Amino acid sequence: MDIIFQPWPWYISGPLIAIGMFLLLLAGKTFGMSSNLKTMCSILGAGKKVKFFQYDWTAYKWNLVVVLGTIIGGFIAANLLSSNLNVNISPASVAELNSLGFKSAGKAYLPTELFNLSALKDIKTLIILAIGGVLIGFGTRYAGGCTSGHAITGLSNLQLPSLIAVIGFFVGGLIMINLIFPLIF
Amino acid sequence: MKKYLTYLSIGILIGITLFKSEAASWFRIYEMFKFQSFHMYGIIGSALFLGIICIQFIKRNNLKSFYKETIVIPAKEKGFYRYFIGGTIFGLGWALAGACPGPMYVLLGAGFFNILIVIAFALLGTYLYGVFKDKLPH
Repeated sequence: MDIIFQPWPWYISGPLIAIGMFLLLLAGKTFGMSSNLKTMCSILGAGKKVKFFQYDWTAYKWNLVVVLGTIIGGFIAANLLSSNLNVNISPASVAELNSLGFKSAGKAYLPTELFNLSALKDIKTLIILAIGGVLIGFGTRYAGGCTSGHAITGLSNLQLPSLIAVIGFFVGGLIMINLIFPLIF
Repeated sequence: MKKYLTYLSIGILIGITLFKSEAASWFRIYEMFKFQSFHMYGIIGSALFLGIICIQFIKRNNLKSFYKETIVIPAKEKGFYRYFIGGTIFGLGWALAGACPGPMYVLLGAGFFNILIVIAFALLGTYLYGVFKDKLPH
């Protein structure tokens, strides 16, 4: 039982994600999380002004139910299936993050410097989370998918567009962490 | 209704896995883009390995869904710019916020409420794409 309460190794987690995708396909649907953002924009009335959001969103209710499931899954995993939330990242990462000012590296699930409620008193935290959000929303819709739609489903289906998108994900991530992080942290 | 219970259960499985694998951890994303651990590559690589087998299995056996429908995986339309530029923009955000659109919701469920700011602004970003869509190269 102890194994369940420890962080799950990659060779258990990766296959479980693939099984999730496979089950969803067997349920007649394609795994893709970012399209929910589009659906929510439609529900919020974005279709009144922008044609892109004018469609029958009720056809995508199933995906919102998947979202609800992932929220519940996050709750269960954090509260009922974990003995310790610390993420044991490599010593090299811990040392670098410490020098960038992230003292919580290796001692928390998320950096407390960005994700503690009290961190929101700093306007910089708000700006970082907000810009991160805008880039995620804009980029995924522009690319037509995110990690689940392109990196998992698209690549599993051997689609070239997904390979181009995933290369883009890495170009962006490498630029942010290697070039921009030293400037902003 | 039974269908929705199926989607909900699959969501719960995925949510638990994303959290327990630590793929929803900002720290793991940092470490991945620094090539300082195999962990995230192992997750994505093994998911792909089994994913390719699953999809080939579906295609070769013409597998039907639980509801007797043909399983179709919609092909992404051809193109380069939208995938590369859009992908790069998303990558910047993924590394900065440390979460992609699945883990965002997982973290909300886990009680990290600051993620609501990321989610709210991801909605804004999606809206902005809708506004500027026709002016962007695709």
